[in-house]
Amino acid sequence: MSDRLVIQSVTKFFGSAQNPVRAVDDLSLNVRENEFFTLLGPSGCGKTTLLRLIAGLESCDTGKILLDGVDIAGLPANKRPVNTVFQSYALFPHMTVADNIGFGMSMQGKDAKDIEKATADALALMRMENFGARYPSELSGGQQQRVALARALVNRPKILLLDESLSALDYKLRKDMQIELKRLQRETEITFIFVTHDQEEALSMSDRIAVMERGRIGQLGTPQEIYHRPVSRYVADFIGICNFVAAPSLGLSESGHIGFRPEDATLLIREGQQPDVAGPIVHGKLDALSYHGAVTYYQVTLDSGETVTVADHEKLPVGVDARVRVALLPDMLIRCAS
Amino acid sequence: MKANPKNMPGFGLVTWLGLAFLYLPIFAVIAFSFNSGRLVTVWEGFSFEWYPRALGNHDLQRATMNSLIVAVGATFIGTVIALAAALALHGGGVPKPVKTASYTMMALPLLVPEIVIAVTTMAFFAAINLRLGLINVLIAHIVFCIPFAYAPIRARIATIPKSMSEAAKDLYADEWQAFRHVTLPLLTPGIFSGALLAFITSLDDFIITLMVAPPGASTLPVEIYSKVKRGITPEINAAASMLLAFSIFIVLLSYIINRKKVI
Ligand SMILES: Nc1ncnc2c1ncn2[C@@H]1O[C@H](COP(=O)(O)OP(=O)(O)O)[C@@H](O)[C@H]1O
Ligand SMILES: [Mg+2]
Repeated sequence: MSDRLVIQSVTKFFGSAQNPVRAVDDLSLNVRENEFFTLLGPSGCGKTTLLRLIAGLESCDTGKILLDGVDIAGLPANKRPVNTVFQSYALFPHMTVADNIGFGMSMQGKDAKDIEKATADALALMRMENFGARYPSELSGGQQQRVALARALVNRPKILLLDESLSALDYKLRKDMQIELKRLQRETEITFIFVTHDQEEALSMSDRIAVMERGRIGQLGTPQEIYHRPVSRYVADFIGICNFVAAPSLGLSESGHIGFRPEDATLLIREGQQPDVAGPIVHGKLDALSYHGAVTYYQVTLDSGETVTVADHEKLPVGVDARVRVALLPDMLIRCAS
Repeated sequence: MKANPKNMPGFGLVTWLGLAFLYLPIFAVIAFSFNSGRLVTVWEGFSFEWYPRALGNHDLQRATMNSLIVAVGATFIGTVIALAAALALHGGGVPKPVKTASYTMMALPLLVPEIVIAVTTMAFFAAINLRLGLINVLIAHIVFCIPFAYAPIRARIATIPKSMSEAAKDLYADEWQAFRHVTLPLLTPGIFSGALLAFITSLDDFIITLMVAPPGASTLPVEIYSKVKRGITPEINAAASMLLAFSIFIVLLSYIINRKKVI
């Protein structure tokens, strides 16, 4: 698969010359054709700024933005074959849903008949056939979201940019929209760049994820790579729960810290109980447990004084303050820079 | 507990006296415009004759035309300037001191006593020897119409999120198209109420017009004033009543149009 978008050493400053803020800091990445690509990071790490640089709503201070090999960094937003689903949707309140969706094509001078046909198709794709004559204020949040999506997708952009598109929706609607977005990406074969601060959302939806950290890329990879082989403690901590303990506490003769995910460890509650896979075993005391339905988390304070979390599918017959052992899966240990 | 002025003794009485003081003269003018006699203090019976007489009066006709020409012209030009100013000052491109200076300069006609503006404008026109008749009046009116048109437009601009024009540009609109198809329609209620304020202010202006209007260029308020100096007649009452009815009509119109949901 070839690269649709290549970002080369892009930097964007905000603020004054005396007190500059590097919102995007010498950042490079590539996004492939027909990819569901996610920018993941905490609030303020520069996700929106990067998206706006790609859309042309901000201009880069240095660097190149190549779309299908052509540098578009100098083009204004209206000349870039890229469309955005804004965080606030930004639907035009004085236009009907149909006029909102047709706006992009109409600005490009497309034929009225073609616009009408494309608008109807886009409404059908969103399963909103009967909403064309409504105004945005007459729609629910979820419906507005779909109109914003239709308005962008109808132009068949080379890249669709989505800024925290789902974070305003409630849990159930959000889960539905996650599935809907994946369906749309598959059906339209348009490259999606999706911004979120929700790691679960990122893991479940993305082909690849770029974890951002203060204007830079912390790690770029598939969800599995990011989850199981994080390159830094920052990435490991940001994606799910990760335990870090000093290597000697695990009886290992190396220095530094070793990380492991809660589900990559087993809680042994009986004397002499053996784990399924042989690996490091450490002793400790059960501090707390929390039941989450499909999984139960056990918080254990090791004899070294460090606290770790272990996950098990079963609710084990064990109480707080019991002496326990934690067995680690040796293949799943995370060794990364701190 | 907060002291409610409504509970103070005599509040109702003072309110009614105040309202009577403000509105009774207006009702008197309207009532006596239907008086069949020439006297403005003695009721002699109902008559409609002063309305055709006022409408047929050439001085009043000319003054009304002048008033409308000046009000329409000053409203249009003043509102366009106010819109341009509001758009320019709203964007991030203008440094703060320039912004503050511009606001103050535009608001000056609201802050400075009208008589000062009247006298200085008259002196200024004399100094540069500007003798364009009604155009002199128009120029003076444009200046004080701008702040009235500006305030509602600026208030409206502040409510439009930046993402609106950004979304338009993201959807292939150039600067002009984004303005024409998104910003301008969203601004319409503000522009309309600004224009209306400017129109009423211009139509109503007396002191500045009195000072700067050369002979033959007087507007309706000035003409009515000069006639009143020669004695109040039911004809003048009729003219004043019609001016009042027209103003009320304009205000109602703006209310009705503004009420329509735009956003
Ligand atoms: N227009 C702006 N002016 C000044 N600083 C900005 C502007 N936009 C963003 N920033 C700063 O840049 C950094 C990154 O912001 P942003 O891209 O919005 O982050 P995110 O979307 O990841 O929350 C933040 O420190 C923010 O304060
Ligand atoms: Mg953001």
